[in-house]
Amino acid sequence: MDILPILSTLRRHKITALLVILEIALTCAIVCNAVFLISQRIDRIHMPSGIAEHELLHIELANIGAKADEKARTAADMAAIRQIPGVTAVAAVEQVPFGNSSNNSGIKIDPKQNKSTLNATNYFGENVAETLGVQLVAGRFLQSDEYVDLEDAIKAFAAGESNSKALPHSVVITQAMAERLWPGQQALGKQLYMGSELPLTVVGLMKTLVRPSIWDDSAAQYSMVIPIRVNSGQYVIRTAPQDRDRVLKTALEKLKLINPNRVVLKKRTWDEVREKFFQNDRAMTGLLVGVCIALLVVTALGIVGLGSFWVAQRRRQIGVRRALGATRRHILHYFQTENFLLATIGIAIGMVLAYGINLFLMTHYELPRLPAIYFPVGAVLLWLIGQAAVLGPAMRAAAVPPVVATRSV
Amino acid sequence: MFSYYLDLALRSLKRNKVLTALMVIAIALGIGACMTTFTVLHVLSGDPLPGKSARLFYPQIDPEDMDGYEPNKEPARQVTWIDGMNLLKAKRGERQALMTGGAVPVQPAQSGMDPFFSDARFTTADFFPMFETPFLFGRGWSEAEDNGKARVAVITRSLNDKLYGGNDSTGKILRMKDTAFRVIGVLDTWRPNPHFYDLNMGNYSATEDVFVPLTTARDLRFERNGSMNCWGRGGGDNEHIETATCVWLQFWVQLESADKAADYRTFLDNYSKEQKALGRFQRPSNVRLSNVMEWMDVNKVVPSDVRLQSWLALGFLLVCLVNTVGLMLAKFLRRAGELGVRRALGASKREVFVQLLVEAGVIGLAGGVGGLVLAFLGLWLVRLQPADYASLAHLDISMLLVTFMLALISSLLAGLLPAWRACQITPALQLKSQ
Repeated sequence: MDILPILSTLRRHKITALLVILEIALTCAIVCNAVFLISQRIDRIHMPSGIAEHELLHIELANIGAKADEKARTAADMAAIRQIPGVTAVAAVEQVPFGNSSNNSGIKIDPKQNKSTLNATNYFGENVAETLGVQLVAGRFLQSDEYVDLEDAIKAFAAGESNSKALPHSVVITQAMAERLWPGQQALGKQLYMGSELPLTVVGLMKTLVRPSIWDDSAAQYSMVIPIRVNSGQYVIRTAPQDRDRVLKTALEKLKLINPNRVVLKKRTWDEVREKFFQNDRAMTGLLVGVCIALLVVTALGIVGLGSFWVAQRRRQIGVRRALGATRRHILHYFQTENFLLATIGIAIGMVLAYGINLFLMTHYELPRLPAIYFPVGAVLLWLIGQAAVLGPAMRAAAVPPVVATRSV
Repeated sequence: MFSYYLDLALRSLKRNKVLTALMVIAIALGIGACMTTFTVLHVLSGDPLPGKSARLFYPQIDPEDMDGYEPNKEPARQVTWIDGMNLLKAKRGERQALMTGGAVPVQPAQSGMDPFFSDARFTTADFFPMFETPFLFGRGWSEAEDNGKARVAVITRSLNDKLYGGNDSTGKILRMKDTAFRVIGVLDTWRPNPHFYDLNMGNYSATEDVFVPLTTARDLRFERNGSMNCWGRGGGDNEHIETATCVWLQFWVQLESADKAADYRTFLDNYSKEQKALGRFQRPSNVRLSNVMEWMDVNKVVPSDVRLQSWLALGFLLVCLVNTVGLMLAKFLRRAGELGVRRALGASKREVFVQLLVEAGVIGLAGGVGGLVLAFLGLWLVRLQPADYASLAHLDISMLLVTFMLALISSLLAGLLPAWRACQITPALQLKSQ
């Protein structure tokens, strides 16, 4: 196909051609970035938690009246829950993965360093890691003789003791955290410091365990399990997926029976916990998808509209070409090639724009660089849409009979 | 003349309905998207206390130890109990209030109503006059009641409706955590946006339902909520937080003029130095004093997603406009013959230009109306979203006017280039080619 006649025609419709190019360029730039944002959000929504999500239940209770003996009450609650058929494990905790409310500490590897190396979250509660179904990759989980009570620990810590029996001395951390603290080294047996005052020895490494609340996605897996017992009215229950509804119902009845003077704040499966945690990301993803589709549709309709006009405008020209021996196929190809040329220029400009928008987003919204794969994929997408949009007008052009050439308009 | 142009425009638009619809829909989509996101942005970056916010200040001082010290780093965003009480008792401002968020178990007297937890604010007497909270019944409490740890409570209209059927409940007894409180005031509907006085509870969360003196809440060991930041040997247990090295309270002060604000900053600086001399503070004095809107900026309350959505909508409008310009240009140029005849019959370039602009304006107006409908639809969709600001997304008069201006300006802009281009046609050439 000779493109020179196409170029000379386009030169006579400079502004219109430029507008098509501009529209394709803008669409290409915005869609590339929007699709990238969508993929980022989808990655986030599928962030690994490191726990057996489909087997877990979360219950949170709060006392109505003044506090009683919380330790005894927690023991009674746990015993009652354990008796429910189908329950394989239960733990009393003070925070849960994706639960939003969290307790965090600055961690140092040398008590004398001025700034913390990282900030990690503290999971407390006897057997919390085992109950959640966290995968251990090295070392061991915490043993029952290592656990201390939270109240005793706080008292001892505030009193300035560092080696007291009331304080925890061991910790299990995630691989991500170990790699950040001691890059490339064996973390087992090393000491880390909570603040400058509390040394803990790493005895186990977990594959992953996500934090309750995430400000920075790169630090999402910085979690520690510390041997501290808590009585805060929050329980994690492990059971088979099909038993979850029954176990949750029975557990709530039993807890109410033990002490009716409290309110249930939370009762949910982890599918619900995850759903709630990422609801804003999901809403944003839906919105971005909607905008992408709307943009592509508007662009396609624009091409259809302009194509139709050009075809109507050039009816005589087409008739003359047909009369001079051009086949229908020639006419069809003419318009398809024309659209391909415009789309190619538009895409080329669009790529530069897309890169520019990405730079803007990187500085203002802490997004990573747009992966190169988006450029060819975006290009192919817009080429296809251009071709699909121009097909109708081009077919109509091909249907113009040669006899038009002999008529005056 | 205008009505003639209008008639011409309508005829021309009717001649090609699909194309007209395409242009109108493109503009409507662009404007609808822009108005939806701009309205959300406008609502979220609004002033929570118009007329007063410039006189309310949030002081920051730096009570931490040398661990992690960096010169001129932003100091803690809350205060300790000791500093909060010192600043409160110093009474250097017109008014001042110390506060924290919390939760209280409410035990309704009516049989058949289960106990429930209610969000609460534990604060001091000036909270109500300083933030000009509207009272439906009764009043706030006094400093004497603060000092006496009085068992008094102010509740919101919605809780009053729930517990007392909307009747004047002042003087009634409200049981919370097994303690009898006397209701002394009922707030009328009051929801400042953002929830500026405590941003730890969610930037756009609703007002708490129960207000109790801070001293009373501490005396009864009510559960506190919000963020707490400790250093050194500070631990966050509820028993000892008055003495712990932890920040967990918000302190607001009302200062009537810029001079008073400058004086207050000096006071804070002196206070920090004095505390350092006493050995309580270790870092050099580092104080900040922000008014409400400055404090909103420091905390970046407007979600970045919302800003991103506005940029996205703007880009979308741009594509829609380019699209419309292209279509209109093609359309006007196709009518070169007709325009050539009008020019040959004596219409000036200017008249042809105005005629085409009227046509563009009609499309713009139709697109604007469509955009408005879509904006209402879009805002309705936003209100269905899970975010805490969702329920605030409503169009107000100013945004309504902005919508129409945007629609008209963008369609005129879109019509400008095609109209100018079309009236450049040489009449003779057009007539000859016919």
